[in-house]
Formats: sequence, structure tokens, C-alpha cells
Amino acid sequence: MPTNGSGLPHHDWLDDDAGPVVRPYTVTGGRVRPVTGGFDLLAFVLAAPGAIRAPEAAQLQPEHRAILALAREPISVAEIAAGLDLVVGVVRVLLGDLLASGLIALHEPSAMAHLPDDDILQAVVNGLRAL
Amino acid sequence: MDSGHSEHSIPLALKILVAGGFGVGKTTLVGSVSEVRPLHTEEVLTSAGIGTDDILGVESKRTTTVAMDFGRITINDDLQVYLFGTPGQERFWFVWDELAFGALGAVVLADTRRLADCFPSVDYFERRRIPFVVGVNRFDGARRFTPDAVRQALDLHPNVPVVSCDVRDRQSGKHVLVALVEHVAAKRGHPVPTA
Repeated sequence: MPTNGSGLPHHDWLDDDAGPVVRPYTVTGGRVRPVTGGFDLLAFVLAAPGAIRAPEAAQLQPEHRAILALAREPISVAEIAAGLDLVVGVVRVLLGDLLASGLIALHEPSAMAHLPDDDILQAVVNGLRAL
Repeated sequence: MDSGHSEHSIPLALKILVAGGFGVGKTTLVGSVSEVRPLHTEEVLTSAGIGTDDILGVESKRTTTVAMDFGRITINDDLQVYLFGTPGQERFWFVWDELAFGALGAVVLADTRRLADCFPSVDYFERRRIPFVVGVNRFDGARRFTPDAVRQALDLHPNVPVVSCDVRDRQSGKHVLVALVEHVAAKRGHPVPTA
């Protein structure tokens, strides 16, 4: 899994001693695109059983592990970003690493979320009124 | 879709956007109806960040942080509503596009002292045919206008609901959201019966 250090692409002007260039993305080693996955803000992430102890987890950064801890129960991408105080783009890169390693399951919003039926809308209205 | 973790059901998450001009009360509305205090997320934009896979070496480029606040309402175990406040600056269109993707609808908050501030939001949702309601936030000391006067000033389609509200008040905020969901249902030709 690409992480940092030697995993970084070669760059003429920057090496590991150069320090952060765009600070929020330091944690991804400058990567701004996940290796896989779309990660809608309302996609739900669930850690695979035992993910944190899996052999694939040995090379993880602390931020990856923090995501696995949060995702022991289904959690949205937006809430992961808020919970870890990381920008959404960074969280997507980290989630891409975890997905590529098989450490999380990803549930993108279904088409049903885009066109909820009348029963769902009624449930929302009733639920809001009952708040 | 992975279904290997059946003991955890994935809830259906509906998204409602809260838009309007700077300082109109978007985050206040999110906070007054959310079951959690508004959560804060950020996206960092760099002038080199779009259409590129790597931002190494862009230290001289300008970066901009776009803030998004959101809240959550759990309807039941299988159904959640997320409220996303849109970034105050309408120039961050691509963030809006991401937020609007798959949205159930939107609340456009209006301040009658600065009505023009909500024009870009109204334009945005009209152009994309995203159902919306206009919430006229009551500010202390602001002259009260009737919903019809606001409708006329905004040149809204007659079926777009205009609701007077006080976003600091939970009941009032709920009322605006109910108006939106009923509007979404009505647009589909199946009005939600009133309880």
C-alpha cells in the first residue's frame, strides 16, 4: 500500500526532508486522489471484522487506524472527516488505501436515496414532526 | 455492494442542503434541528488540485479552505437525514455540485434586509431542478414581509413554498424541513397527508 517515505513518487525538488508542501495532504504523502473508490460524502464505511489486527494493517498510518476504529459500526465519510478533523479529500485518499487492502467495506448511496418512495418521505415527515 | 457484515445494517441516508447568503443562519438552522452539534468538515482546494493526481511541488500555489457544516437527524434505525450547510461563497460551485449530488432537496434561507444574497442559491436549485423551499429567517429589527411579497421579489414559481421561520428555534426549523419534504412529495404528484 502506498503510504509515505519511499512510496512517494520521485520529485526533483522535494525529498523527505523538504517537509510538508500543502499541509493537510502531508498525511497522504501528497496524494490527492484515492487509489480506488468514489466515496460520496454519504457513502458508509464499515471495517472488515478484525481489520485492525489483519496483516495488511501492519503498515498503516495512525490515521488509517483511527478510521478503522471509527468504522467498527457503519459511519459516513462526512462523519469520519469531522471526527478525525481531516479534510474530506485526505479522508478519501486514506479510505482508498483501506479499500484497496480489503480492510473496509464501502456502501455508496443507493439509487433509492436519490428517489426515495412515498413511504420513506412519509416516514421522514412523521419523524421530523415527532422530534 | 458488499453484504458480508449483515449484523450492521447500512442506513438509508437522505441529504438536505441548507443554502443562502453569508450570515443568514445556515449553521444555526443545522444546529437547531440536528441531534448532534453541527459537525465541521473542510475541503482544501489548490489551484493545482483539480485535474491532477499529485500536489507535490505546488507550495507556491494558493490554497483555499472550503468549510461545510452538517448535522444529522435519525428518523429510525434504517433512515437518517443529513443536513449540509453549503459554503457561504457561491464561487465554490464544484463543492456545491458534490453536495447537491443525490440531494433530496434544499432550504434556501433568506434575510429580507439582504434578499439579493439568496439569488445565487435560488438560481442554482432552479437550474438543476432540485426541489427547494425558501425559509425567510426572522431577524430582530428587520421589517416583516409577507411570504407573498418575498415570493414576488424572488420571482419564484408559484408552487415553491415560502415559509417564515426563526432558525434558532427547533420547532420552527423542523417546520421548514417538513415543508420541504412535503414539497418534494407533492412535486411527485403524491402529496403527503397531513397528520
